[in-house]
Amino acid sequence: MIIASLAFYLFAIMTVGSALMVIVARNPVHSVLFLILAFFSSAGLFVLLGAEFLAMILVIVYVGAVAVLFMFVVMMLDINFVELRQGFLEYMPIGALVAVILLVEIAMVAAAWHFAPEAPEAMAAPLATLGAGHNTEALGNLIYTKYLYLFQGAGVVLLIAMIGAIVLTHRRRPGVKRQDISEQVSRRRDQAVEMKRVEPGQGV
Amino acid sequence: MVELWNNYIWPFAWIVLLVLAIVVPLLLAVAYLTLLERRVMGFMQMRWGANVVGPFGLLQPLADGAKLFLKETIIPTGANRVVFVIAPMLTFILAFIAWAVIPFDDGLVLSDINVGVLYLFAISSLGVYGIVMAGWASNSRYAFLGALRSAAQMVSYEVSIGFVMVTVLVVVGSLNLTDIVMAQKEGMWFFIPLFPMFVIFFISALAETNRHPFDLPEAEAELVAGYQVEYSSMTFALFFLGEYANMILMSGITTILFLGGWLPPFDIAPFNWLPGPLWFFLKVLFLLFVFIWVRATLPRYRYDQLMRLGWKVFLPLSLFWVVVTSAVVVAFDLFPAK
Repeated sequence: MIIASLAFYLFAIMTVGSALMVIVARNPVHSVLFLILAFFSSAGLFVLLGAEFLAMILVIVYVGAVAVLFMFVVMMLDINFVELRQGFLEYMPIGALVAVILLVEIAMVAAAWHFAPEAPEAMAAPLATLGAGHNTEALGNLIYTKYLYLFQGAGVVLLIAMIGAIVLTHRRRPGVKRQDISEQVSRRRDQAVEMKRVEPGQGV
Repeated sequence: MVELWNNYIWPFAWIVLLVLAIVVPLLLAVAYLTLLERRVMGFMQMRWGANVVGPFGLLQPLADGAKLFLKETIIPTGANRVVFVIAPMLTFILAFIAWAVIPFDDGLVLSDINVGVLYLFAISSLGVYGIVMAGWASNSRYAFLGALRSAAQMVSYEVSIGFVMVTVLVVVGSLNLTDIVMAQKEGMWFFIPLFPMFVIFFISALAETNRHPFDLPEAEAELVAGYQVEYSSMTFALFFLGEYANMILMSGITTILFLGGWLPPFDIAPFNWLPGPLWFFLKVLFLLFVFIWVRATLPRYRYDQLMRLGWKVFLPLSLFWVVVTSAVVVAFDLFPAK
């Protein structure tokens, strides 16, 4: 399958290249755009793996929702590019440390996949117990039976994060006029209109 | 050489032909949708609309296209050139690639993928980028405000669109668009049992395509056309075509999810004489008429009212309806057997 391998190299190069551009690009909005491109090409890689459900979810959640909000914030930043460049050497050691730790972790995961005793059989039949059917069904069966509590737990964590963000940022400002739709709709004519007999030359 | 031809060149050429067979009629449809809109709105407001160029104004879209094509493309000095040019292209392309999974008849579809609904949802959630990039790259306050409004609006209404799709999925038991239409063949069209969701979906589609009464990203009265204020010539035309292609796309999705796709209303003699694609076309045309009708009738929402409708009315309502539908499906054991 020449076409499949061509597509793989295209998506892989695009993913790595745009991921690199995320941290190299000077303009933060360009960084976000490259981040989106990286998400998108990894979705392409998922499709090549036959994981079409994950690919679509990646696009919907990360590109369609998370990155939009990211861009929303980044677009409104008022950035001084000269100042931005000055901190580079200062943060370099910490950044390098994080990079090394991540690299070691990836190496450990890859090594475990080769040397762990259960690995060969897991590789031979990744979804042996799930039977046939496309992967939306397989994932649904797995998430809502075996990993139900973990899945719900992840949902609760997200909910708490959301509530936390609202509690931290929300403050009640005094003197704001809010529209109360039900009050508007339930208003009757006799509450709103008053008939007055005005004598000529008197005014109200 | 023969192998190369049989395995690579011929399939590739065939796919290109199929794509053209979808895109060319679609472009024509977009062009004549603009004329339809002007004529129908004209009659609704007791005036003629575009009726001068050609018989009944039928050559008006061509004249408009030629005019836009011959104009000069102006890129503002302070604009971010690359992003400024990419933005309209993105809008235009996204409006067209979604058609790859739309079935026009049983089996008459370019790519019959398992996750068709998710694909459509993913593509429509990308639509916001064209507008946001345009607003940011224009380096203009009006454009920027329009882009911010658009980002908030489209993200808000996508949530309820997602829940409406989930309801349909619960009833059908498949993410494949052909399966969704075939499920309506055995039962009834989904707009009858899921009527509240049909209404929510259509209103959200209006918001998602930035149409009246939710056209706040453009809002010519306050933002002088918002995100596209700095665009001219073909860059503007691409936005325009993209917006109208999105309207047709949203009507197509509504037709498939709720109005039985290519199915005739009754499977009896005078109705099933007409071929499926024609029924699909008629349903889409009806929905497009409603789009125009709404534009000619309703005043524009205020921004806080728009947000209130999305988050405080549609989101709880659609979430509630997902629970109700699932409960009914489980309680009466209606889940489609696989």
